[in-house]
Amino acid sequence: MAYSEKVIDHYENPRNVGQLDESSKNVGTGMVGAPACGDVMRLQIRVNDEGVIEDAKFKTYGCGSAIASSSLLTEWVKGKHLDDAEQIKNTQIAEELALPPVKIHCSVLAEDAIKSAVRDVREKQGS
Amino acid sequence: MSLPIYLDYASTTPVDPVVAEKMMEFMTPAGHFGNPASRSHMFGWHAEAAVEDARQDVATLIGADSREIVWTSGATEANNLAIKGCAHFNQRKGKHIITSRIEHKAVLDTCRQLEREGFDVTYLDPDSSGLIQPEMVAEAIREDTTIVSIMHVNNELGTLNDIGAIGKLCRQHKIIFHVDAAQSAGKTPINVEEMFVDMMSFSAHKIYGPKGIGALFVRRKPRVRIEAQMHGGGHERGMRSGTLPTHQIVGMGQAFKIGFETLEAETARITALRARLWDGVVDMEEVHLNGSDNQHVPGIVNISFAFVEGESLMMALRNLAVSSGSACTSASLEPSYVLRALGLNDEMAHSSIRFSIGRYTTEEDIDAAIAQVRVAVEKLRLLSPLWDMFKAGIDLNTVQWSAH
Repeated sequence: MAYSEKVIDHYENPRNVGQLDESSKNVGTGMVGAPACGDVMRLQIRVNDEGVIEDAKFKTYGCGSAIASSSLLTEWVKGKHLDDAEQIKNTQIAEELALPPVKIHCSVLAEDAIKSAVRDVREKQGS
Repeated sequence: MSLPIYLDYASTTPVDPVVAEKMMEFMTPAGHFGNPASRSHMFGWHAEAAVEDARQDVATLIGADSREIVWTSGATEANNLAIKGCAHFNQRKGKHIITSRIEHKAVLDTCRQLEREGFDVTYLDPDSSGLIQPEMVAEAIREDTTIVSIMHVNNELGTLNDIGAIGKLCRQHKIIFHVDAAQSAGKTPINVEEMFVDMMSFSAHKIYGPKGIGALFVRRKPRVRIEAQMHGGGHERGMRSGTLPTHQIVGMGQAFKIGFETLEAETARITALRARLWDGVVDMEEVHLNGSDNQHVPGIVNISFAFVEGESLMMALRNLAVSSGSACTSASLEPSYVLRALGLNDEMAHSSIRFSIGRYTTEEDIDAAIAQVRVAVEKLRLLSPLWDMFKAGIDLNTVQWSAH
């Protein structure tokens, strides 16, 4: 499959790979997908008291598009308020990376991951 | 060593230069371009003689009589002709067919079509090493079974079925036995007499011949009768009409001839390369060989690198041409039905890579492949949340996943 240059760039130089302290009250974790489906994304965000995302990390098991989608997402959410981060749509990711139709589900997974991480940190903070 | 390194010989092979050169003699005005069916002049006679020589070369590789070889466009057509042709011809005797779940799509889809026409098909599950055991076939035989179709070598795993034992069983029950030998011709010895095979499908492009040509062996004694699927001028004793593509046939004949002559030496050489490849990766953690470790052809090595997804692994292996059982490499987004039929969990199927070694593979190629695989797997595992969890001692089967 021919990938766009942006997918290849994110795949070869993934941004923000890693892990944040899951037990911290300021960290939200979104783990979506399943090994059986061929992709699992773990996206983590750390927020400050104003609800702004200060740091984001990911690890992804999946194809090049899944890795690129999650890598791009970590770049986008940094510095964003939770309210804005959860507005990110899969179509924006798919468009930015020029994903082919069969890979759209990778961007859907990334959208699910950020929504899930935002929900997690909000629940922790009881807001 | 030239890059990228080709390790996908089970998918197709380059045409041997000797084969290509011979093919060139049967196309241009200066060559023998005649129609082998033209009985009235030299052009036709020359072409016919070349076609018959090639027929003999194919027959020799499998211990058959040249009159038992029918040219087709490839193994897909040969499988269609064998199974449909035989099922239709014998439908008054019975409408039950036995095959396996890990056959090539050309067999499976043909059987599906026959099911739509009212035939009953039993799909045998392989054992966990990917083999179809003769007992499995014995248990599935019914009064109305007319055909058993089992592949010789599986294209994804390289597993080698005991065709002789299954053939004997079929002969005892007077059931026609068809074998898809697309992956075995020239890779392992074949003798249709000793193996009690009634019909056998071949492809030229898997054995250093051209694409677009194949053959079906149809036994004469005891005679196997099939209904033609392609009607026309009555070529190939009425079993397959259409003007014979002389250059393709000559190419296939030459390829089978070389395959026959080099079988022993190549088997030894490729066995050594296989061992070299496996030895080069086996010390990594969580690396699994799929298929049988003692009943296989040497050229196909299917390995799962756990916690790494196959397509992203192939993306990292840009200088290697290999294939994967991962869903993401298939149009259907389903992981390999062959690996799943082994009872392998989906994750392991997604993590599999098939390396297939052939005539032009060198030790340097294998060493370079090993080096690339090691770097890529390590890199992707550092990116993999599943690897983290595995390292933390979490059993992935106990995790509640949000399947999508």
